[in-house]
Amino acid sequence: MDKFTSSTGAACPIEQSNLNTDQILPARYLKWTRAMGIGKVLFHDLRFDAEGKEKPDFPLNKPAWRNAKIIIGARNFGCGSSREAAVYALYDYGIRCVIAPSFGDIFSGNAVQNGVLTAIISDEEAFEIMGALKRTPELLVTVELERQTIVCGNRTYHFAIDPVRRMRLLNGWDDIALTENYGDRITAFKERDQRERAWAFPRVD
Amino acid sequence: MLWSSSMTEPQTIIDKLWNAHEILRRDDGESLLWVDRHYVHEGSFHAFAKLTERGVRVAEPGLTFGVADHYVPTRGSRHDIADPEIARMVRQVEDNTAKFGIKLFGIDDPRQGIVHVVGPEQGLTLPGLLIVCGDSHTSTHGALGAYAFGIGASEVAHVLMTQTIWQKKPKRMRLTIDGATAPGISAKDIILAVIAQIGADGANGCALEFAGSAIRALSIEGRLTLCNMSIEAGARCGMVAPDAAAIAYLQGRPYAPKGAKFDQAVEAWSKLITDDGAIFDRDISLDAKTIAPIVTWGTSPQDALPIDASVPDPACEANAERAKYLRDALDYMGIAPGKKLSEIAIDRVFIGSCTNARIEDLRAAAAVLAGRISKVPGLVSAGSTVVKRLAEEEGLDRIFRDAGLEWGESGCSMCVGINGDIVAPGERCASTTNRNFRGRQGPGARTHLMSPAMVAAAAVNGHLADVRPLLAGRKT
Repeated sequence: MDKFTSSTGAACPIEQSNLNTDQILPARYLKWTRAMGIGKVLFHDLRFDAEGKEKPDFPLNKPAWRNAKIIIGARNFGCGSSREAAVYALYDYGIRCVIAPSFGDIFSGNAVQNGVLTAIISDEEAFEIMGALKRTPELLVTVELERQTIVCGNRTYHFAIDPVRRMRLLNGWDDIALTENYGDRITAFKERDQRERAWAFPRVD
Repeated sequence: MLWSSSMTEPQTIIDKLWNAHEILRRDDGESLLWVDRHYVHEGSFHAFAKLTERGVRVAEPGLTFGVADHYVPTRGSRHDIADPEIARMVRQVEDNTAKFGIKLFGIDDPRQGIVHVVGPEQGLTLPGLLIVCGDSHTSTHGALGAYAFGIGASEVAHVLMTQTIWQKKPKRMRLTIDGATAPGISAKDIILAVIAQIGADGANGCALEFAGSAIRALSIEGRLTLCNMSIEAGARCGMVAPDAAAIAYLQGRPYAPKGAKFDQAVEAWSKLITDDGAIFDRDISLDAKTIAPIVTWGTSPQDALPIDASVPDPACEANAERAKYLRDALDYMGIAPGKKLSEIAIDRVFIGSCTNARIEDLRAAAAVLAGRISKVPGLVSAGSTVVKRLAEEEGLDRIFRDAGLEWGESGCSMCVGINGDIVAPGERCASTTNRNFRGRQGPGARTHLMSPAMVAAAAVNGHLADVRPLLAGRKT
């Protein structure tokens, strides 16, 4: 798993609330492997019109934000489908951090798995940062996970993140290697379970 | 003693399910949970690739079941798949499950269907189980009293390799709906009313128990619809305590326990209830008799209103942010501000999906359509091939065909459109599905979510409509 410690870069505000994973990566691209360049189709139907031309109004198409490393979103960012490829698309485009007042549960779990930070701030703070960025699009934003801070211009904000997710991002832990350390506990659990809940194990065809 | 004990303090069903699966809890609060069932589908290919990359096997192939649902064609030939990319997706799940020794309900299997229909139907989904699948609508399986949630590809790989998953215990939320619903009101109306009230993130971070007399009065199929859409309120999972209806539903199903094992299971399931006095982190209630037939008008399931209402007018909205949200949603949907919902003309209908394509759903739609003609084209795709055959035995396919609708094969179909069955750009579809997101049913498609009976009413009228007048004098 990729680590996340800090990120400094252009930050793109996307004001739409409930921005679901269908918007982040439309379903027709789910059959793509990552090697096919999934970052190119990030936010496809919001970024491009039916003829494939860029929509100039979409924030990520504006010159200052084309190379954004950070997205500032609205409430319930990444709700909807469990598609982890939505996170692959963000990462492969170059996004390392999404800041928003709340996130879809599965999305933020997927983000951690791929070294993408989901930082939680209040609605008011999100509104304030978006305002600052709209006034000064080229403003660089710095997100530091160790201290849980966002520096935007002369303001510093504190963000929330689940402490377990924070540790995993800082260390880039591999879940599977961690779990394998508990192999004996898993085996013991299964053996007891097979005795006590025999009904929970289905017949074998 | 697995679940409750009079010696301990009162527990919620959520606590009982959690405790029964917790292998260990680390000091930081993360728990390693045992997974009883893992369902995979065509979209699980990223996870299988990770296994291949590491050169490892599936830890518990006997607890893992595959289906072909997301990409299978639901109109025309199932075998000469025109799009080579879609054909590759269907072949890939066959190859991956064969390679790793996993049972597959593939495209030619009579038990094939949408994973969230097949699991309960085959008796693989049981009360008391912890179930995961790389699909957000895995919450469906909670209808039988399982702890069931959707996961991403990395977690799918982790479950394949270890049969366990790391989770932090979510907040416990209870939604109690008491009272009797009015005639013509279905589980879909209930869940849309809930989401409209609490919002698309109203249950974020929570495991959600549905309780109350209106919930207990629902059939298992209705509960499956209800729990299916708990993810649309942001819940990690939704569940209903198993009762006599759940036991009756499961008895005799192919993979359900048999004989003495079934008796042991029933004994265990009977304890799987929230104890009196157990504490929830959030506890809210809704009066069943206030629920009317509901349709969505916007681009989130929370944009839902009773059919006799009008869509919002952004000009009447004081909050600027909310006004912009309404404007954007109405603009995408191509609806004038303040328009009456019942005056919105539709271009097509879709009856299908893991939300509403079980036999009772098809019966409810057929009860409205019998002897009537649809004014618009549409597709009916049964939730499973078993449901399709049963509907044909009951003659429901004739009713749909006679009404002018297409009777297709089973799969995720036009709910998510990745098998090629899409709603054309700008077209408006009355749909029994779960998401009215922009472009969900195809680029530029406009989706209105509603119950199967309400979709049938929209078909007959050519516009969104209250089903209740069409039910007068009919047996439903």
